[in-house]
Amino acid sequence: MRHIIAVLLENEAGALSRVVGLFAQRSYNIESLTVAPTEDSSLSRLTLTTIGDETIIEQIIKHLYRLVEVVRVINLSESEHIERELLLIKLRAEGQARSEIKRTCDIFRGQIVDVTANSYIIQLYGPGEKLDAFISAIGKATILEVVRSGVSGISRGDKVLTI
Amino acid sequence: MSSKNGGTEIERLSGGDMLLRALQDSGVEYIFGYPGGSALHIYDAIFRQKKIQHILVRHEQGATHMADAYARSTGKIGVVLVTSGPGATNAITGIATAHMDSIPMIVISGQVPSPLIGTDAFQETDMIGISRPIVKHSFLVRQCSEIPGIVAKAFHIASSGRPGPVVIDVPKDTTDPVITAEYHFPKSVTMRSYSPPVRGSSGQIRKAAEILLESKRPVIYSGGGVIQGEASGALISLAKRMNFPVTNTLMGLGAYPGDDPQFLGMLGMHGTYEANMSMHRADVVLALGARFDDRVTNDPSLFCPDAKIIHVDVDPASISKIIKADVPIVGQVGNIVEELDSLIGQEIEKNPQRYNVENLSDWWTEIKSWKEAHGLDHALEVKPGASILPQMAIQTLYKVTKGEAFVTSDVGQHQMFAAQYYKFSKPRRWINSGGLGTMGFGLPAAMGVQVARPKDVVVCITGEGSFMMNMQELSTCLQYGLAIKIINLNNQALGMVKQWQDMQYAGRHSHSTYSDSLPDFKHLAEAFGHVGLKVETPDDLEPTLEYAFSDELRDRTVFVDIWIDPDEHVYPMAVKGGAMSDMYLSKETRS
Ligand SMILES: Cc1ncc(C[n+]2csc(CCOP(=O)(O)OP(=O)(O)O)c2C)c(N)n1
Ligand SMILES: [Mg+2]
Repeated sequence: MRHIIAVLLENEAGALSRVVGLFAQRSYNIESLTVAPTEDSSLSRLTLTTIGDETIIEQIIKHLYRLVEVVRVINLSESEHIERELLLIKLRAEGQARSEIKRTCDIFRGQIVDVTANSYIIQLYGPGEKLDAFISAIGKATILEVVRSGVSGISRGDKVLTI
Repeated sequence: MSSKNGGTEIERLSGGDMLLRALQDSGVEYIFGYPGGSALHIYDAIFRQKKIQHILVRHEQGATHMADAYARSTGKIGVVLVTSGPGATNAITGIATAHMDSIPMIVISGQVPSPLIGTDAFQETDMIGISRPIVKHSFLVRQCSEIPGIVAKAFHIASSGRPGPVVIDVPKDTTDPVITAEYHFPKSVTMRSYSPPVRGSSGQIRKAAEILLESKRPVIYSGGGVIQGEASGALISLAKRMNFPVTNTLMGLGAYPGDDPQFLGMLGMHGTYEANMSMHRADVVLALGARFDDRVTNDPSLFCPDAKIIHVDVDPASISKIIKADVPIVGQVGNIVEELDSLIGQEIEKNPQRYNVENLSDWWTEIKSWKEAHGLDHALEVKPGASILPQMAIQTLYKVTKGEAFVTSDVGQHQMFAAQYYKFSKPRRWINSGGLGTMGFGLPAAMGVQVARPKDVVVCITGEGSFMMNMQELSTCLQYGLAIKIINLNNQALGMVKQWQDMQYAGRHSHSTYSDSLPDFKHLAEAFGHVGLKVETPDDLEPTLEYAFSDELRDRTVFVDIWIDPDEHVYPMAVKGGAMSDMYLSKETRS
């Protein structure tokens, strides 16, 4: 099962390497990881997606809490949440392919953010699956480069992750 | 230098002086260390103060084990100081050893000056990076003014919750004698990201009490956490009230008196037959400050098939990591066991018919029959002969020291014999590297204990292989008059390796023997300025040990080289991949 885990941690040098080190050391997998300071610059918020059964996820959360710089951890996947990821994709866009790419992009509500005579850069955001779907829908067009931000997530409703 | 500020005097100190002052303010009495370029400002600060004594070791690994054992034997925090690069890397094994056994320790490592970090400077190594997986936490000092705060945090983190080693990496420029800052030592430490649990949930404690009151075949399985958490008294009170059998892990020996009739001995890979059988057949296991190590459980899928598991630990991550707990209780073991004990006490007082110690008489009959059938004493009956059995050597040592010594050990057969046959009656008296299994631990560990407890008898039970991993510290013993007694169970081999090769590799002794090239340990000890004794026959054993521990040699470091039967194996031994009840009981028999 894929889980999205959100972590609030002290925005200090070395804190991120401890989180990443923990996953490596205990052979937990990281599918994606995003991190940036919050509105309170002394804190960073990290979202990571990982795959594992309930026991592994429970262990991951407990081990994250053992890190001295980790302030709070939640498993977003346990309740209603919003998940977003940003995709930047550079495609070869020549001849009739140009209009076909444009159409697909519109269907997915993506935006073309850079145009040259033979390429487009498309920006698209949404849940990870939507980005997967777009990449496979783009089908035959030649993909030159794909950049994905990794998942960011937040709980729906009143539930908040703060200190 | 000082300045007036609102009536209170604020001192300005260099980073080096701040570090020493902060260590003093944290109550440090000893630093175990070794100097080098990046640490020289700190060493100069040590020279200019009187309160803290520095013990100069001969290898940084020795310093870490000394500080570690200083901590294990006292409950205080051990402090190590090393230089950058090779000094720091030499400390790594000792940090990992302390980490695996949750020992509070502070390791201060010199670092190249901040502007040189990352340039592959002379003696630069990324200490924070190298030590990251084996520390509880680490700090890199950025400027001297941070030092007191970092030291205070480091001590708080190392000693609270599940204790562990903390590294403070100190770039040389931050201890520069000409750069000063105001010295403020925080009165207390609070960290929003760190608040270890204290009290256990009372609902869970009540649930545990109910289960224990109903149990028919209970066992208390207690580990190192009971010693670290000063919970021995509470454990004894609970066990006595309930007439429960108690088994200790390798790390937990001494938490329950080794000569008490309710004590089953150690459990696990080389645990006693009765301890392992009781665990296997138990209907309730009360695990206290223990972590279901693979050397205890054997195959987890076959572990305690009929038991409800109550697991008390300060570290939530230890709970249900290997074995699912039916009643997990997170918090300080001491508090929780006390609460549990008094709750049960009240319950029985209210309702005397709820519990009768006679309830367990069938269970005790069964346990006693296991002990009679295959208890440890049997190992000794097997072989009369001319050679000294290692078990007998430990029993004689126990007798000669009246069971009151502080005993450190190394890793191998001698360690298991010591754990099985020296009956520890009090916590903090058995000091060994249980988690990492670090050969070379025993000698420096004994020295650390002797530093902490100059009046007590301190023994290092070692094997010639382990001893040779840190024997340079004999020189340190002479320098500081550390009158430890080293008992070398000399089987002229890496005995434990050889035992596995006997049992699993058809006796092919691949690189586990060296009998033609061992030093003469008696003369070796003498060359270091100590007393060397050699024992080759059973008849000499007791008199020689009596002499080693006599008043005449009280102030001397003594090395007793005991030539034991080289073919002896440690039994019981768990059958790999089995349940706890699957054991080899001798070379010929299996459970
Ligand atoms: C540093 C280190 N290296 C290797 C080992 C693996 N090992 C475990 S026991 C042992 C043999 C120990 O020999 P000795 O100290 O003579 O003790 P004995 O088993 O003979 O009593 C070895 C090599 C270890 N535990 N630690
Ligand atoms: Mg040996």
